[in-house]
Amino acid sequence: MEPQIIKFYQTGSFAVGNRLLDDSQRSVQADMRRSNSLNSGHRACQGCGEALGARYAIDAAMQATKNQLIAVNATGCLEVFSTPYPETSWQLPWIHSLFGNAAAVATGVAAAMRVKGREEVRVIAQGGDGGTTDIGFGCLSGMFERNDDVLYICYDNEGYMNTGVQRSSATPPAARTSTTATLGADPGNVFGQGKFVPAIAMAHEIPYVATASVAYLRDLEAKVHRAMSLRGARYLHIFVPCPLGWGAASEDTIRLARLVVETGLFPLFEAEHGEVTGRYHIRNRVPVEEYLKLQKRYAHLFGKRPAVDTIGRIQAMADRNIRRYGLLGEEA
Amino acid sequence: MEKPFAITLDVGSSLANKTGSWRTHRPVYVDRLPPCNNQCPAGENVQAWLYLAEEGRYEEAWRKIMEENPFPAIMGRVCYHTCETACNRGALDEAVGINGVERFLGDQAIKYQWRVEAGAPTGKRVLVVGAGPAGLSCAYHLARRGHAVTVLEGSDKAGGMVRYSIPKYRMPREKLNAEIRRIVDMGVEIRLNSPVEDLCAAIAHHGCDATFVAVGAQRGRHLQLPSTARVPVLDAVQILRDLEREEAVPLRGRVIVYGGGNTAFDVARSAVRLGAIESLVVYRRTREKMPAHRSEIREALEEGVTLRCLSTITHVGDGVLTAERMELDAKGQPQSTGETETIVATTLVLALGQDADLGLLSGVPGVRVADGLVEVDRNLATGAVGIWAGGDIVPADRNATVAIGHGKKAARQIDAFLRGEVLRRPVKHELASADKMNTWYYSDAPRAIRPILEAVRRTSGFAEVVGDYDEGTALYEARRCMSCGNCFECDNCYGVCPDNAVIKLGPGKRFEFNYDYCKGCGVCISECPCGAIARIPEAI
Amino acid sequence: MLKQTEGSHAVAEAVALCRPEVICAYPISPQTHIVEALGEMVKGGDLARCEFINVESEFAAMSVAIGASAAGARTYTATASQGLLFMAEAVYNAAGLGLPIVMTDANRAIGAPINIWNDHSDALSMRDSGWIQLFAETNQEALDLHIIAFRLAEELSLPVMVCMDGFILTHAYERVDMPAQAQVDRYLPAYEPRQVLDPRDPVSIGAMVGPEAFSEVRYLAHAKQLQALDRIPVLAAEFAAIFGRESGGLVHPYRTEDAETIVVAMGSVMGTIKDVVDEMRAGGAAIGALGICSYRPAPLAAIRAAVEGAKRVVVVEKSLAVGLGGILATDVRMAMSGLHLHGYTVIAGLGGRPILKSSLHRLFERAGRDDLEHVTFLDLNWDVVNRVLDRERAVRRSGSIAENVLRDVGVTSTPGV
Repeated sequence: MEPQIIKFYQTGSFAVGNRLLDDSQRSVQADMRRSNSLNSGHRACQGCGEALGARYAIDAAMQATKNQLIAVNATGCLEVFSTPYPETSWQLPWIHSLFGNAAAVATGVAAAMRVKGREEVRVIAQGGDGGTTDIGFGCLSGMFERNDDVLYICYDNEGYMNTGVQRSSATPPAARTSTTATLGADPGNVFGQGKFVPAIAMAHEIPYVATASVAYLRDLEAKVHRAMSLRGARYLHIFVPCPLGWGAASEDTIRLARLVVETGLFPLFEAEHGEVTGRYHIRNRVPVEEYLKLQKRYAHLFGKRPAVDTIGRIQAMADRNIRRYGLLGEEA
Repeated sequence: MEKPFAITLDVGSSLANKTGSWRTHRPVYVDRLPPCNNQCPAGENVQAWLYLAEEGRYEEAWRKIMEENPFPAIMGRVCYHTCETACNRGALDEAVGINGVERFLGDQAIKYQWRVEAGAPTGKRVLVVGAGPAGLSCAYHLARRGHAVTVLEGSDKAGGMVRYSIPKYRMPREKLNAEIRRIVDMGVEIRLNSPVEDLCAAIAHHGCDATFVAVGAQRGRHLQLPSTARVPVLDAVQILRDLEREEAVPLRGRVIVYGGGNTAFDVARSAVRLGAIESLVVYRRTREKMPAHRSEIREALEEGVTLRCLSTITHVGDGVLTAERMELDAKGQPQSTGETETIVATTLVLALGQDADLGLLSGVPGVRVADGLVEVDRNLATGAVGIWAGGDIVPADRNATVAIGHGKKAARQIDAFLRGEVLRRPVKHELASADKMNTWYYSDAPRAIRPILEAVRRTSGFAEVVGDYDEGTALYEARRCMSCGNCFECDNCYGVCPDNAVIKLGPGKRFEFNYDYCKGCGVCISECPCGAIARIPEAI
Repeated sequence: MLKQTEGSHAVAEAVALCRPEVICAYPISPQTHIVEALGEMVKGGDLARCEFINVESEFAAMSVAIGASAAGARTYTATASQGLLFMAEAVYNAAGLGLPIVMTDANRAIGAPINIWNDHSDALSMRDSGWIQLFAETNQEALDLHIIAFRLAEELSLPVMVCMDGFILTHAYERVDMPAQAQVDRYLPAYEPRQVLDPRDPVSIGAMVGPEAFSEVRYLAHAKQLQALDRIPVLAAEFAAIFGRESGGLVHPYRTEDAETIVVAMGSVMGTIKDVVDEMRAGGAAIGALGICSYRPAPLAAIRAAVEGAKRVVVVEKSLAVGLGGILATDVRMAMSGLHLHGYTVIAGLGGRPILKSSLHRLFERAGRDDLEHVTFLDLNWDVVNRVLDRERAVRRSGSIAENVLRDVGVTSTPGV
């Protein structure tokens, strides 16, 4: 007796795998043969979102390219924890040059592959938010505007974690870092600063721009696959919680990566040639407090006298994202 | 390639760095007790059979039920499925329709004539008194273990209260008969029309090594009401028994049923079907306090049964009953108000509970009876060696599921007794309570609606009221199961580990932790949808 | 083939003959003509199988070169001055990673004040980066050195910077002998990388190295440069055998045999110096010159061998170690360590200041009499300098030095003063 085909699968595509689904519909991470591009033994902190995001993204890219992949890495946590002499965790050809030049180095690698007629070999560049939105921004923008055949992946943990949790242009308002102390009239990082690089990437009208979160694996993998199906400059901005830098419990990494999306603070969308082509609709919308209160970097907003105004301003940011990107779907 | 020293490294060399030494807590895979399993009076491993069913492995699912309960088709109809009340999914959207899936599996088994084989003969003989759910369950489990079983039944059909107290519209007889037949096919001998009046004599006569007594509580409680005796006062148990025997039942005109249990509603609903002008249930406490199951009350009301709560019948007159209005005191107990009213009645049916006839035990040394019930220990053993008792004659909730659970429990004890072993109680796993789950991962899925016969069509006959799930619905409902506390191989731990410290062993084999690299971050624990990973401190 | 052409074009043609696979370009004077020419060759199809990438900065240029080279492509770029400083981090990185990139530095001063003209401050600022640095005396040598540079770089897996004087060489039209493709192909085999990014044999390049191995890594970089000291003369000899002319090598001694005074210099100024040497020799002076081609690795032994018979050494350099004196001179002094010679440092030609034969005559004559400061600034306008210093002593906010100097030399008027 053949089971009748119905469309409901217990966890659907929310969990990493789903034994009820056909192999071809399962995530790369569910596959026993996934490449584990970033292997065990790396020295990332417990519960590191970046280590997770990197393996998610690169395993997917490895699958999409049949392992014909070269990675270029900016200086930062990911580089430091993955390749301290004499051990490397990488299982694919990988190079680290400098903090601010990953995009350009990747351009060079791609040029070499093209000139050698090995265009099946694809190139990704990757870095943290500091290496991407700040010091590496010039090279990134250059790579974008030349439409070089590179997928650049930014692992955004909202600060310079490797150097001791300093503010970057991706640090959100009110967050405490070692250079935005929770002192004075506006404790933490100030409102009205910072930049959202995915939007700037879109302004370059490159073939593909997407945001992702480590809590939404299938979405992330689908975006990597889409990116690898295209040629030219592509940008993937992945939200990766940092337990150490954010003062969060190590087991809350994915919870935070989920809540940031479900609050609307971090919109998941994709865009091609500057036009938004898809957005993730929030499943269970939650107020920003749910997300903020799990992190000590926002501890000054709570306590005996909650900073209701500040929380309200953060909620307004989430609301604006929801409006701007249509994150509530039909009801929006 | 001669690589530059220190700057260029061979891939995969980080495996030399055993980051497991960082750990202060370790994750361990556990099987926690799902609330449904915990709740099931018959001890069914509900989660396990739903797990099989959700893959379309219906026969295996059915066999998983059959390990605990030989009556899935019956359970899928008459069980009050408290498992669904306990179901963690209830807090998410609605409880899984466990009962409907069980019925689907039971019916599949009947349709495809799946069988269970008896165990290799042990040469031991067991006497079971009473072919109700407890007795038949016990007989079934004993037969599976290879013991020869003779069941003595006083009535002319097996099934006990399931047959004689649950109307056909709730329990179609062909399903009941099929599930009993399957037990007979295993070699269990059922002797009908064989009431036992003296247990010692019966044991001696049949020459058995152990005995299970489950004769049920079949005698309706009587209440002596002041009466001018022009309204017939009938016994609910007898009416239901007569209905089963298709004898004429005087449920016409204005039928008043006195009592608030399931039996009261079974009679009231039967009266509607038999053409009564009015079918009124009178109960001395509130509707909320009625022992009848919610669905019984709801369906009865849909069919036209009316209720009069907080009302006590005080007198039976000439075509009328006198009832006194009650009110609840501070403790919630009904108290007299002195206000009376009259109820026009053609027939009064008393459904005030049932008692057991335990005459057969009177001469058995060691067996004690108190308050009309047999005293048993936690293993259902009576004071007499080799005699166990269960079902409605021992202190417990009275329903078929509890009885079936008693049958299984007694069978296990008897089996151990016959083998000269002491049964070890399995360690009860920690409960998979809702706080251990991460329900975000489950797809949104409102409960499938079971088809229900339209009220107008129900009242015109004894057709089954609650319909079956079709296969698609059953599969859907099975897949709504969150597999609380038990790994369902969603691969989350394997995926979410930032250190690749989870080893996937392949389909059906679950996972292992690689403690060489597990840093103890706990992400796998947080993100396990079903709470099947525990966190334990490392000995440092 | 002999041809009359601009130095930049000559270099571009030579680079093209080396079959580069990736060229990255960012405009900065005075190297622009080189990459412009190469860009034209690529776009026009004359230079096939080559990617020409217009990048957004010199930092990107060197970074693209790093990526291309690490992926096994023969890679070339060119820069100058501020551009070299802007890419400084990547310059060090390319050397640290051992990538055989060849880069032209069209030598130019470093600001502020901004100045587009020639001196050697830019190249010498990178002297410790780990790059091999070769200085060309002529346009012919500039183009030849590029061919040698690729060979040397790829043999040792080290980057090579070919330094040629901005404008003086880059923009000068001179006759050069352009080699044939077959000759270049004979001299320069296909690039076989020592390490390469390739999915067929994955490696991790660019690990973080801590105190436990960093010194060893740095020593190995040093040892590699010492190997280069051995290889550079060999490659120069091979070059001469194939191309029929002398180019490259560690040093170029000129009439040093019995010289009492030896003038040491790098780059195109050697032409002027040789003329002055010839004229002074004609006048009976025992003077010779030593051109240094290989600045890094520093050919200490070769310098020592060339100067040890002399009485004095005059280093004429187009660079200034501010607060110390000479940069090249410091190296030469090191080569002379233990020799009892007079050593003179002459800072000349900064920011494009012409180095005149007449000035050199006077300078060398004074040197011959040992009538020279240890550090001399050739043709310095002391009036201007002293006036600024006086003014600064008198008035705290004495105004812009550059503007004051211009006023003092009369280029602009002095309103209100």
